[in-house]
Amino acid sequence: MLQLECPNCGVTAEETEFAQGGEAHLTRRGPEASEQEFHDYLFAKENPRGVHFERWRHVNGCGKWFHVARCTATLEIFGTYSAQTLEPPREIRDRISKKRPGWSWREFA
Amino acid sequence: MKRYSAFAIAREALRHHTGWERAWTSPEPRQRYDVVIIGGGGHGLATAYYLGKNFGITNVAVLEKGWIGGGNTGRNTTIIRSNYLQDPSAAIYEKSRGLFETLSQDINFNLMFSPRGVMMLAQTQHEVRGYTRTAHANALQGVDTEFIGPQRVKELCPIMNIEGPRYPVLGALWQPRAGTGRHDALVWGFARACSDMGMDIIQNCEVTGIHSEDGEVSGVSTTRGDIACDKLGIVVAGHSGRLAEMAGFRLPIESVALQALVSEPIKPCMDVVVMANTVHGYMSQSDKGEMVIGGGADGFNNYTQRGSFHHIEETVRALCETFPVINRLKMLRQWGGIVDMTGDRSPILSKTPLGNCFINCGWGTGGWKATPGSGWGFAELMVRGYSPLTAAFGLERFREGRFIDESVAAGVAH
Amino acid sequence: MSTRLAKGGRRLDRSRKIEFTFNGKRLAGHAGDTLASALLANDQVMVGRSFKYHRPRGIVASGAEEPNALVGLGEGPRFEPNQRTTTTELFDGLTCVSQNHWPSLEFDVGALNDSLARFFPAGFYYKTFLFPRPFWKHVYEPVIRQSAGLGKAPKDLDPDRYEHFHAYVDVLVVGGGLAGLQAARAAGQAGARVLVLEQTPHWGGRAPVDGGTVDGKPVEDFIADTLSELEAMDNVTLRARTMGAAVYDHGYALGYERVADHAPGAEGPRHRLWRIRAGRIVTATGAIERPLSFAGNDLPGVMLASAVRDYVVDYGVSAGDRTVVVTNNDDAYRTAITLKQAGLEVPLILDARAGGGGPLAEAARGMGIRVENGKGIAKVKGRKRVEGVAICAQAGEGAVLEEVACDAVAMSGGWSPVVHLWSHCGGKLTWDTGQALFRPDPERAPTGADGAGFVLAAGAANGALDLAGGLADADAAGKAAAKQAGHAPGRKAAPKAETEEAAPIEPVWLMPQGAGPALRMKAWLDYQNDVKVSDVQLAAREGYTSVEHTKRYTTLGMATDQGKLSNINGLATLAGALGEEIPNVGTTTFRPPYTPISMASIAGDARGRTFQPIRRTPMHDRHEANGAYWEPVGHWRRPYCYLRDGESVEDALTREINQTRASLGLLDASTLGKIIVKGPDAGRFMDMMYTNMMSTLKPGRCRYGLMCSENGFLMDDGVVARLDEDTFLCHTTSGGADRVHGHMEEWLQTEWWDWQVYTANLTEQYAQVGVVGPKSRETLQKLTDDDISAEALTFMGWTEIDLRGIPARVFRIAFAGELSFELAVPANQGRALWDMLMEAGAEFNVMPYGTEAMHVMRAEKGFIMIGDETDGTVIPQDLNLHWAISKKKDDYIGKRAQARSHMTSPDRWRLVGLETLDGSVLPDGIYAVGEGTNANGQRNMIGRVTSTYHSPTLGRGIAMGLVKHGPERMGEVLEFGKTDGTFVKARIVEPVFYDKDGEKQNG
Repeated sequence: MLQLECPNCGVTAEETEFAQGGEAHLTRRGPEASEQEFHDYLFAKENPRGVHFERWRHVNGCGKWFHVARCTATLEIFGTYSAQTLEPPREIRDRISKKRPGWSWREFA
Repeated sequence: MKRYSAFAIAREALRHHTGWERAWTSPEPRQRYDVVIIGGGGHGLATAYYLGKNFGITNVAVLEKGWIGGGNTGRNTTIIRSNYLQDPSAAIYEKSRGLFETLSQDINFNLMFSPRGVMMLAQTQHEVRGYTRTAHANALQGVDTEFIGPQRVKELCPIMNIEGPRYPVLGALWQPRAGTGRHDALVWGFARACSDMGMDIIQNCEVTGIHSEDGEVSGVSTTRGDIACDKLGIVVAGHSGRLAEMAGFRLPIESVALQALVSEPIKPCMDVVVMANTVHGYMSQSDKGEMVIGGGADGFNNYTQRGSFHHIEETVRALCETFPVINRLKMLRQWGGIVDMTGDRSPILSKTPLGNCFINCGWGTGGWKATPGSGWGFAELMVRGYSPLTAAFGLERFREGRFIDESVAAGVAH
Repeated sequence: MSTRLAKGGRRLDRSRKIEFTFNGKRLAGHAGDTLASALLANDQVMVGRSFKYHRPRGIVASGAEEPNALVGLGEGPRFEPNQRTTTTELFDGLTCVSQNHWPSLEFDVGALNDSLARFFPAGFYYKTFLFPRPFWKHVYEPVIRQSAGLGKAPKDLDPDRYEHFHAYVDVLVVGGGLAGLQAARAAGQAGARVLVLEQTPHWGGRAPVDGGTVDGKPVEDFIADTLSELEAMDNVTLRARTMGAAVYDHGYALGYERVADHAPGAEGPRHRLWRIRAGRIVTATGAIERPLSFAGNDLPGVMLASAVRDYVVDYGVSAGDRTVVVTNNDDAYRTAITLKQAGLEVPLILDARAGGGGPLAEAARGMGIRVENGKGIAKVKGRKRVEGVAICAQAGEGAVLEEVACDAVAMSGGWSPVVHLWSHCGGKLTWDTGQALFRPDPERAPTGADGAGFVLAAGAANGALDLAGGLADADAAGKAAAKQAGHAPGRKAAPKAETEEAAPIEPVWLMPQGAGPALRMKAWLDYQNDVKVSDVQLAAREGYTSVEHTKRYTTLGMATDQGKLSNINGLATLAGALGEEIPNVGTTTFRPPYTPISMASIAGDARGRTFQPIRRTPMHDRHEANGAYWEPVGHWRRPYCYLRDGESVEDALTREINQTRASLGLLDASTLGKIIVKGPDAGRFMDMMYTNMMSTLKPGRCRYGLMCSENGFLMDDGVVARLDEDTFLCHTTSGGADRVHGHMEEWLQTEWWDWQVYTANLTEQYAQVGVVGPKSRETLQKLTDDDISAEALTFMGWTEIDLRGIPARVFRIAFAGELSFELAVPANQGRALWDMLMEAGAEFNVMPYGTEAMHVMRAEKGFIMIGDETDGTVIPQDLNLHWAISKKKDDYIGKRAQARSHMTSPDRWRLVGLETLDGSVLPDGIYAVGEGTNANGQRNMIGRVTSTYHSPTLGRGIAMGLVKHGPERMGEVLEFGKTDGTFVKARIVEPVFYDKDGEKQNG
């Protein structure tokens, strides 16, 4: 039973207020994409046992999407941040590095 | 192998059961096998068993990082059914259900397959239409199901409240020859049969690397040394992504928690399995007397084998409404497993980018019931490079947009 | 015999007699009794039968760990199986029955299993019942099921109420014993918000039974003082009768409050489930004594030494007149001393340790009790209760040295901390060799959202078993918990207790250590599930060597007590059989809840009418009054049809359709989703959301739009109206409004957040009514002065009008294929509008029609329905909706997906109309068969029916379906396979059955 802080409205709330939305920082691939690119965009998910960046929506609250950095093995939350970003903020990456030296996720570390 | 029977028990009873031998041997791994199966769960052992039984391949090792059957085989709600809508699903699940019918005798280990009947309740007009459609499809697929009315539902399951205030029961898809089986026994029985054929079941042996040359696997590194093989099968629900990464490819899979619970045991009060997808709950009574209850999967990626309590709450709430007698029963134990969800919620039984490496994964919430059928088909795929049972479940389908979507008939599928 | 003593019983109110019945026998106890203590007081030593062998069983313990003494409690709708007598408070009028026997507790046919026990070792059922095959289903399994199970199933509707509480605290303390109270005080003094849960009705735990002094006061006084101090603290909440049931991630915990189990039928809820968020959790859950494994250790009268002591001190009840004590540690001597002080006989203390005990042993000897060191029990004598013990050397194989008559045996194999809550969320344990117990490993605590440990164990639960050590440990845990939750602890020192020296425990996993097979198969580990030492050894021999395999093969620890007494003994036995160290064998997983909690408490208030909210339209009451036959659509209720007196559903449908096509019908369309999309980039956004070109739609016009998922599948459809240059109003399906709105927001917020677009879901802000039929314009014109003529309001146009003071948008759209107007008005005027329309339409014999008539009429027109023609696997191209897919756009959601090879395959099944040759209605969901079978032996299928109805308009069956190469096969006849194996023939036709030229919609 997770507890998350919505970075949009500042509320810390129960998991039941939120809806999960899968992996974060996906780049949409449109009609120009090759078959492989389009397949990877839709289906090739990170699914790590460890640090994961993911999208959540404060669906029973302010309604806004945001991103969460979370460990899938311990459920530790490293931070939540705006969905309107192209990559995880430096501050959160540094925080993770401190706790999980040597971590990486896609091209981020 | 000494055969199990009532006579054997009687004989052993006279000497205080000191004469029983190990159900499966526990050898040191050899340096090379014809086939290595990674994963000593139900599907891995079933694959090994049918490699031996159907193809005479017995120079096989099954590598298990913990104890055999310690993953989802030992954590499910034991339901066996094949009333699936899409042809490929109906084929492999019905193959599996059929194998279950005689498997206890085939492997001389009582799996307690109990064809007590499974019903999936229709509680909206949408579900009525969905299950009517499934019944029509099943008739052509050779799966024995029928759509029954609410009165028949009540006769088969008298403890059900068919006039619920929110979702009255409008009927059900009934599969009389579906039922339940003893999950641990399947693993032990297969392990014993494999061991008897000369295969090595190696527990506490974690694979740490996969070696390949020129697009072919040459062997694996394990915590108990390097092992070479001609063919490799990866059958590791919950860990498929990591193994695939070792082999250098990616899978369209996300891992989430699926929870279940049991009540305290009571005397028999329910003879069938009931699934209610509208309210996300299903229930049966084990031979021991516990009400075995399951619900939907959790939403987020999770490897903890624990889920969130509100899912338990939703499931129990729904079942208290459908089965008023359980209000005064008590929840004895709840647990979770990690299930691999694919892009279309159907499994992957497939070739991989490595020529002699095959993968069987992504069973999501529906793996247990498919165990023997999956082993049958996957063994054939590994030996012949093709199996009609697995043909539609290849990885390429996600590229082609050729999905096997079972949720189309009614909400949650498995 | 067990009996009530003349004196003693600190929990009793001897002035209040309480009557109850057991198996119909009228018995009496006192206020303050548990059901177990009251049964013992009445010499009811045997209280049940075991699960497998149906052996006679008595009370073993005095708390939540009791495996045997379970009863069916109450009657009728309040009956509840498997209630533990040791945690059931006695109340007036209590009725209970023992379980798992036939015909009676005293004479049980099932006990035959016991005589044949040798033929039913662990896992025997895996090795037999194999032949003949059908016998498993028809003979073996039914017999096994009948003899298994414990209590009977409840039958009636539960009349009680249940509820949930939510609590947010800094520190949750689980356990109101001495350690819990001290931890709570330490945390409370630091200023933390503290919640303390105690599963029993009493505070202070077992400390008063064991005695001792704290800060110079008797421990009982110290507890009373601590309690009053806590009660006076505003930041501390105390809850008795509330068990800490479970610990989950991020500091989430469950409390299970048994509000009224001791007062059935009282006002208020029976159980209350506490859902708690805690910064830190202190588990002060105590420890549980372990049985010793000797032959006959399950006979009624063999009890835990601590339980024997509890019954004397707390309830003034003796388990027997002559009690033999058998132990491997000093604590059990307290029982001997307590019994002796109560005037009871203790003929013998058997101390398995060759060196014997410490000062307590001396004290016992000093009281004249015979103590034998290095000795144990070879066998307990008796059939349905203890009659004596045979004594042997612990080091030997069980040669009987002496027999001693007794009617009770008090055993102690040492103590195991209650580590369940520590372990629920991943806390790890460490084996404490000195004390022979598993205790929490503080280095590997369960971790929370911040990655730090959030559970702290305190007192006996942390392995600090003695009074002084436990208090100091609890004080430290309370302070640490408060500090970690952000409250600086005070400097007040921990209370000081006096500690007695004790000789160390010597682990004894089998008594005597060399016991042969005959003794081992009578030495019980798991009482309820009938698992013996010999069973675990058999499992080990057969290769079930993982502790999880052993558990599953033997069922050790899988009973309703979840192995509270048996797990440690069982895994030690396994370790012995494997020649392994105990920590290498490890424990099985501790799973919630700590003890079973009622299903109804989990469901809480959400029962019956409050199970799930029902959404109602503003006109709901009108439909109800009009005979609506309801259909759930999502959370909505919509009228399926309106039944008049004596009408069947089919009659009503025919009437509604005929009337609408002939004259006038009304449809409550309020459930349709209504989403506003607004902003300078609204057009651009709409072009991405829909397959159509929406940006070119003119204000005042409507367009039918299709919405796909990124995976290409058709997910929703509806009419889009452009309200002004910046604003679109998107209609969605009834079930789809929230999903579609969520879909739009997701793209806006996570992909195109720089686009200036705002969306709002206004579904519930408007009531919407379809005014349908040739008389619709005439009716509507009576209510407005605005011009709604064919020229002023053309097909697929919309405008704003005034309907006798009600502002309305009117859309000229025609889902039924007739002249029709859809009116949208503010929701609070919906009923007024409805009434007005009913009145104005009266001259045309207006009738409301339901969802099914709507379905039939749209099918007659060949319009698709999301959920019928689509099922999540269908793309718009399958439905010949190419006309609604813009060719001019570079992109829309789903476009790339629809270009994949399987999506562009000419072999896809495509939409056609179907007509049976005989005019009958095709069965719903039926499949068309092709030649032969596929590689799996399944009949080849080439199509399926997606919608099928009897059309009253055409007087015949009509259907729509998806057929392989369908549109190219017009006129062909297909065979459809019925479930009975027969076939029905139908011809492929155009999917428009009625008014093919579309003239009716213009009136």
